[in-house]
Amino acid sequence: MAATRLSRCDVVSRATTEQVREWLDGVPDPEIPVISVVDLGIVRDVTWQGDTLEVAVTPTYSGCPATSVIAMDIETALRNRGIDDLRIVTQIAPAWTSDWLSDKGRARLEEYGIAPPRASGGPDRCPHCHAQDVERVSQFGSTPCKAQWRCRECLEPFDYFKCI
Amino acid sequence: MTEKDALFEYLLRLGDNALILGHRVSEWCGVAPALEEDIALANTALDLMGQTQMWLGLAGEVEGAGRSADDLAFLRDAWDFRNLLLLERPNGDFGQTMMRQFLFDAFQTLALAGLEASTDQRIADIAAKALKEATYHLERSRVTVIALGDGTEESRARMQAALDAQWPYVGEMFAADAVDAAMVEAGIAPDPAALRPAWDGIVLPALHEATLSVPDSDFAHRGGKDGVRHTEHLGHMLTTMQWLQRAYPGATW
Repeated sequence: MAATRLSRCDVVSRATTEQVREWLDGVPDPEIPVISVVDLGIVRDVTWQGDTLEVAVTPTYSGCPATSVIAMDIETALRNRGIDDLRIVTQIAPAWTSDWLSDKGRARLEEYGIAPPRASGGPDRCPHCHAQDVERVSQFGSTPCKAQWRCRECLEPFDYFKCI
Repeated sequence: MTEKDALFEYLLRLGDNALILGHRVSEWCGVAPALEEDIALANTALDLMGQTQMWLGLAGEVEGAGRSADDLAFLRDAWDFRNLLLLERPNGDFGQTMMRQFLFDAFQTLALAGLEASTDQRIADIAAKALKEATYHLERSRVTVIALGDGTEESRARMQAALDAQWPYVGEMFAADAVDAAMVEAGIAPDPAALRPAWDGIVLPALHEATLSVPDSDFAHRGGKDGVRHTEHLGHMLTTMQWLQRAYPGATW
């Protein structure tokens, strides 16, 4: 940055990108509030472009209605931390994959009653009673990222986070 | 036709296919035969709407006349749409809806896989995103067609009727024209005609497993992807889909 032009951010020592990521880890997914937007793997990049903080967010599914709410929640959270000059950009490539879900996110999903995604295409156990005798009810569920399954042991239906 | 004009036309085809099928599928919302199917259809429609946003958004950008995805979706008339005729046909019963979905999903996964290798990075990126969703749709439409075909006497008869009615609309997917030729030449898109063997490889075994007989005819209705002659159904659909923007131009919420 040119020495002749000191911006406000330089004066107040702007937040590091690590710090920003930590803050974003406190922003819950609007539809599955036990995991954060960082756990979900949709925050792809946090960079300072001059005085502007740029956050690159990728949609989980191209038509997911939560996408605009997420952008708004991220913006609100960062503004509350004193970052006024920010830009949220949508980045579609590389396409989001459920592999980007964090380990913390996976554990929280299961505690919440949602079976985490698995490469085999289905849950290995019921998130409620942990029995392995489970069956698929429908390939789709209450949000674009989930499918409906049922436990044959405890007979409870449960959500499974789709693996894509 | 310049390459830019051809690209715009081609992007309208991609966007309109997603939009028109997405709208049709969304008509099931709240009235599907079972709650799980209702949710599945609504989610499928949602994916298609998301893809529409990306394709028509890019089409507007390429056109450079300041038209947004919404402008293209809501302010064009029937003759300006470039979707396949198959997709504008009314839903019919659940079996017809799933048969149409299967015939198109099989084509769409192949087309998108080809587009992933597009020389236009913007197209390759959208295709990679959409392909994941299309693959998931195909997984479901394929097993549903098989289950209903190889089901009860009633469900089999309905699936055969669905296949017989829709078969004459299959050929348009693979009919290449000057726009396709320009896209192939520029390395932007695959030749649709070349996708037929792979499509047959997906569709024919599934129809066989569904105990359905493939109609013995190559006759193909055409006129959707080039906008020359849409069916009478598109205009009726647009009056519902575009009603709000036409009655209250520029309305937002």
